[in-house]
Amino acid sequence: MPTNQPLPSSVAGLPTLEAVDLGCRRGNRILFKGVSLAVSTGQATWLRGRNGRGKTSLLRLAAGLAVPESGQVLWGGTPVRRSDTFHSALLYIGHANALKDDLSVTESLQFLARMHQRDSDPVALHAALDQVGMGSRRDAMVRTLSQGQRRRAALARLALDHRASIWILDEPYDALDADGVECINALLHAHLSRGGSTLLTSHQAPGASAPDMAEFDLDPFG
Amino acid sequence: MGSAFSAVYVRDLRLALRRRVEALLPLVFFVVAISLFPLGVGPEPQTLRQIAAGVVWVSALLASMLSVTSLYAGDHADGSLEQMMLSGQPGLVIASAKAAAHWTVTGAPLVLAAPLIGLLLDMSTAGLLTLVVSLLLGTPILSLLGGMGAALTLGLRSAGVLLILLILPLSIPALIFGAGAVGAVDSGLATSGHFSLLGALLILTALTAPLATSFALRIALE
Repeated sequence: MPTNQPLPSSVAGLPTLEAVDLGCRRGNRILFKGVSLAVSTGQATWLRGRNGRGKTSLLRLAAGLAVPESGQVLWGGTPVRRSDTFHSALLYIGHANALKDDLSVTESLQFLARMHQRDSDPVALHAALDQVGMGSRRDAMVRTLSQGQRRRAALARLALDHRASIWILDEPYDALDADGVECINALLHAHLSRGGSTLLTSHQAPGASAPDMAEFDLDPFG
Repeated sequence: MGSAFSAVYVRDLRLALRRRVEALLPLVFFVVAISLFPLGVGPEPQTLRQIAAGVVWVSALLASMLSVTSLYAGDHADGSLEQMMLSGQPGLVIASAKAAAHWTVTGAPLVLAAPLIGLLLDMSTAGLLTLVVSLLLGTPILSLLGGMGAALTLGLRSAGVLLILLILPLSIPALIFGAGAVGAVDSGLATSGHFSLLGALLILTALTAPLATSFALRIALE
């Protein structure tokens, strides 16, 4: 497990994700405006806010899935939607798990790994599933899994991916039991110690085993 | 790029294999719709021979439309589409792979079943051969156009109706030249003109539809 190896680009200083004066609109409603936020190397940021404040929208903007109403999201100084390096540096896990009901857990993850040009070797996939406690269910069809198991399977991508330097996670602790939360926190620790950074949302507190997180409250920007 | 194409293509075929009954629905519709015509129109071989090419082509068109509505809906709902678009792979490649998989699952069985169906309608050998070639050139056009329509109507409530309104007019040239080729061979005329036009339509659609699809997918995700 190359958990303690620094990321390749850390020699030159890792690029950071930065939101500058970001505004988001949904229909006629302004969700937030004037949000400036930087996620620096080795740091986790916990995005907080009431329901409907636009936490998921902010994460989607940060991942480059949507275009902001105003302001911009920069990766190492380049807008994320135009950056060549952002795609390989990013690991985004949204609210949806992106697993296919009619594929097995391993097949689903293998597809995602191949698309993202990550290690899609079955041995690596199985090791990643073991790390999130899903080793015994690796050949099960996704449709037979419980919500918590699906979440674990989706989050196995965190264990697989040592190339991504920025993780953007939407409610990663959702549906997980105490043991699942521990697994994810262990992966977060390893990622941060490699010099990676994380932007996440969570309704519940990430727990005592979680790494130190900078909190960012979205409520004042509505 | 090639690996992304094969990843999407192989995954879609595997998903179709896991849901065989659903995947076979267009073929069943095609066969049932055509075999109803002799019952409705009357069993005179002369009449059937005259309408055969048109009936087969219209049924193929409707069978393709039947299955294309769900082309991107499933991937959109479970978050796979988001992940594919974030992977940094060109949207063009993803759209082409999805259309190719749709053709393999839906279009190719129609082409294979066409000669048998043609015999049912008492078509001549030359007519059957022309029908197969025209469907071989024409069904990929339907898959490509259908993929574009599915992407444009993604996430809309009345997607099915809109898709048919959008795509049917665009597929009419393929219908005219496809069915026209069989009419030409039956009246002893050369079919090369019809085939050239169908081929040109296929090339034009293959060059433009995936590009339009990938733009539509980006918009649908915002």
